[in-house]
Amino acid sequence: MTTIQLLKGHPLSSKEHASHALLYMWKIRKFEEAVEDLFGRGMMHGTMHLSIGQEASPTGMCLALDLADQITSTHRGHGHCIAKGADLTRMIAELLGKKIGYCGGRGGSMHIADVETGNLGANGVVGGGIPIAVGAGLASKLQKKGTVAVSFFGDGAMNEGAFHEAANLAAIWKLPVIFFCENNHYGMSSSTEKAFAIEKLADRGLGYGIPGVTVDGNNVVEVYEAAEAAVARARNGEGPTIIEAITYRWKGHSRSDKNLYRTKEEIEEWKHKDPLPRFISIVLEKGLLSQDEIDAVQQQAHDQIVHAVNEAVKAESAEPSGLLDAVFKKVGA
Amino acid sequence: MADTTNRMLTMAEAVREAMTIAMNEREDVFLMGEDVGIYGGAFGVSSEMQNKFGADRIIDTPISELGIVGAAVGAALAGMRPIVEIQFSDFTAQAMDQIANQAAKIHFMLGGALHVPLVLRTPQGSGTGAAAQHSQVLETWFANIPGLKVVVPSNPADAKGLLLSAIDDPNPVIFLEHKLLYKIPGRDAVPEGVERIPLGVSKVLRHGSDLTIVATGIMVNKSYEVAEKLSAEGINITLIDPRTISPLDMDPIHESVQQTGRLLVVQEGPSHGGFINEVIARVSESASFGSLIAPIKRLAGMNIPIPYAPQLERAAVPQIEDIEVAAREIVKNWR
Ligand SMILES: Cc1ncc(C[n+]2csc(CCOP(=O)(O)OP(=O)(O)O)c2C)c(N)n1
Ligand SMILES: [Mg+2]
Repeated sequence: MTTIQLLKGHPLSSKEHASHALLYMWKIRKFEEAVEDLFGRGMMHGTMHLSIGQEASPTGMCLALDLADQITSTHRGHGHCIAKGADLTRMIAELLGKKIGYCGGRGGSMHIADVETGNLGANGVVGGGIPIAVGAGLASKLQKKGTVAVSFFGDGAMNEGAFHEAANLAAIWKLPVIFFCENNHYGMSSSTEKAFAIEKLADRGLGYGIPGVTVDGNNVVEVYEAAEAAVARARNGEGPTIIEAITYRWKGHSRSDKNLYRTKEEIEEWKHKDPLPRFISIVLEKGLLSQDEIDAVQQQAHDQIVHAVNEAVKAESAEPSGLLDAVFKKVGA
Repeated sequence: MADTTNRMLTMAEAVREAMTIAMNEREDVFLMGEDVGIYGGAFGVSSEMQNKFGADRIIDTPISELGIVGAAVGAALAGMRPIVEIQFSDFTAQAMDQIANQAAKIHFMLGGALHVPLVLRTPQGSGTGAAAQHSQVLETWFANIPGLKVVVPSNPADAKGLLLSAIDDPNPVIFLEHKLLYKIPGRDAVPEGVERIPLGVSKVLRHGSDLTIVATGIMVNKSYEVAEKLSAEGINITLIDPRTISPLDMDPIHESVQQTGRLLVVQEGPSHGGFINEVIARVSESASFGSLIAPIKRLAGMNIPIPYAPQLERAAVPQIEDIEVAAREIVKNWR
């Protein structure tokens, strides 16, 4: 049911590429706004981790990937999922506990996976996806598939043992893996200043022999260029790269966050570094898209989200029958 | 001592009060965990405590469960009394080496040379829509590891008294708080002062001659409602909350089963290999078995990961209606 129309390549390489990058960033923004709205209206339960303000990172990274390349994602994973090409209706349907949702209502926001687009799954466990991406990289190498595995994770996840063990494995086996760290300055309430004794998190790779780059994570062009280089390295058998994308989450960590650990001014300051107007000004400056064309892209993203929400709301709820049969895949099936 | 202040605290408030008392009483007690400082912990349990005790005693940590539990073990060996908060019990998995292979075994394995006075507090349970990796009830895991004491408070008053004892205890104690109980006041007032409740003593919440229910954690509350409701129908239930599932105090359970002849055990976690099976086994291998006039009935979570959608999540664990049906059936069918 998914119609995947991913367009690989530099966001400034053509009109199509520019509007594609813009569309995906807007889709993420508007998706997150829709989730917040559904939550506010009591239509969605559980919790939510919104990635508003961080749209350029997954978009830039995924513009450098093939459909067959794989990703692992996080609790804040809607953006990764969308950037890799997921179907918006099935995503919203999952959040609403519907049968047609990506996980049939069993996983929710933190567990969306999409085999078709190479998304091995979001994760409720901080750092949980990192070794899994390394495993996907190992399989790619052993099977000579030529695919790359990207693990998205937050700054906070870099302090989990899982990151360290996984990084070393990827390095010694020269696996086609990219460790994509979205440094949004906080792991819940804990600032990177408090949680790290180094300044650049990309330097964490040094001890493992993994090159690291730090980029402006709110500039989709910069993110793409780093991603493209890392993908090339990975495909050439040169091993893993760490990309640290500096960004910021505008919203609280989850719905229970009172934002006591940061100032309003800081949040406002980062709102001025919004990745969307940022890219738009570049595109306008380069004359790649006109304001009318930009508005049309925004409208397109809006329409897609509205359509997805409407379809998902109408869809049938997931039912408890059959849960016991869902635990194991049938042997031989 | 009877409480006169009528302090209806929530579980979060009661736990905070116990930690505050312990930290005022002893210099060697400190709290460490992810976001326990200014954020007050993911569920607000340590809210405002950093203001009171400072960042050296209410220590915010990076997201490093294995590291922080290990550091707590080390600090405990070196003369401190750490309380560690793991943000969700599911993430004790990250720290399991330090819990199961280190903390639990050090005293025994080293011939008693060292001991580990450590409390690991962590929220467990479903009902919040947080899905499979944030909703487990893992009390059974810990109860299966000799060397750990395992506390599962079902109400604020018990939580306070039990936590005070846990902090005093010279051994590692796993203290499992149910998320859904954090924000609701308990049935009973929480005593104002320092009243410790010893670990390893089951509590009989109500007496009745028709059926014995043994339940853990939030299932105690659900069973209580059922017992109250059924008493109006003339079905009289004894409800027992073991409170510490390891060590396990079976005395009141045997005593009650010998009177009622009927036993229903209830837990939230999956039935397969679950803690309640231990209760059943101990009844079965004792003289109480001879008093049974009905087959023992078990209610537990389905043997599935906790699903996300509310309608699925509800179906995965025992609800009040399930307990009611089971209780009524045992009593009606076995006379
Ligand atoms: C192993 C583990 N520990 C703790 C948590 C609770 N938790 C969820 S997200 C989060 C913060 C993660 O920070 P970061 O990795 O920087 O990602 P961000 O939320 O900033 O996107 C925490 C502590 C968890 N889900 N898993
Ligand atoms: Mg972060």
